[in-house]
Amino acid sequence: MHIPDGFLNVPTLAATGVISAGTIGVAVKVAAKKIGEKQVPLMGMLAAFIFAAQMLNFPVAGGTSGHLIGAALCAILIGPWAGVIIMSAVLSAQALIFQDGGLAALGANILNMGIIAVFGSYFIYRLLTKILPESRRGKLSSAAMAGWTSVMLAALAAAFELSSSGASPFNVVGPAMLGIHALIGIGEGLITMLVVSAVMASRADVLQMERI
Amino acid sequence: MSFKKWWLIGLGLALVLATLSPLASGSPDGLQKVAEQQGFSGTATQSQFQIIAGYLLPGIHNETLSKIVAGWLGVGVMFAAVYGIGWLIARKKHSSPSL
Repeated sequence: MHIPDGFLNVPTLAATGVISAGTIGVAVKVAAKKIGEKQVPLMGMLAAFIFAAQMLNFPVAGGTSGHLIGAALCAILIGPWAGVIIMSAVLSAQALIFQDGGLAALGANILNMGIIAVFGSYFIYRLLTKILPESRRGKLSSAAMAGWTSVMLAALAAAFELSSSGASPFNVVGPAMLGIHALIGIGEGLITMLVVSAVMASRADVLQMERI
Repeated sequence: MSFKKWWLIGLGLALVLATLSPLASGSPDGLQKVAEQQGFSGTATQSQFQIIAGYLLPGIHNETLSKIVAGWLGVGVMFAAVYGIGWLIARKKHSSPSL
């Protein structure tokens, strides 16, 4: 859901840019307090993995495709503030090097996929892991729901930005974005669950580390 | 399994995913589709500059190979950049006096 340049107007670009820049600043400060030795390579590995996984568009209904965002994976495997840093780095590289997502729209893309999706899935995961039984199945169901919700929240945020830019009225673009992303989000949920399950099977202690 | 071996395997998996990228669906993504249906897809503007636009590395004429190499480059760049950012943040932590 990388927004290209041209879709958003200047006030929306400016507002989203300011919010994202400010949040990244806070993320660096929080990470500086909490980061441990193991989290440095984990951050790099997650960024590389999410970048590669984002290249793999999978088909959904009606000649449309979707790809992983990875925000929920970050939120679950390392924590929300480190997640903001990882997702911002991936989205910045995609805009700067790969011309995927507009450069002026980078702030909006970071806000949607790197901040709202990360924190949304973090809170959903925390909430569900408290409600559901403390089992492997409970954790994996929470991860899948966190993945789906992250996509829906990012789509909702993008729809707000598009409507505030006058691209399309919210009552039209909102349901359309949420409708198609409800399907794409299933893919996000499944991949998130699969990766969390692989981490549980190989290094379950990663899930016990302090969240950043 | 040591932690280093574990994250190196994760990094290797990222390279495998990048290698599979030519198999990805070329259909428009959710946002592009909505933009087409609602008639604002034409307002998208091209970037002022292109480096590895469309995940195709310039200079390699075979599109499949071009995409794979672009993916590998991206994986390498992302790992190095974010490892570096994490290292700088961690160094800041250790050098600042504890309050």
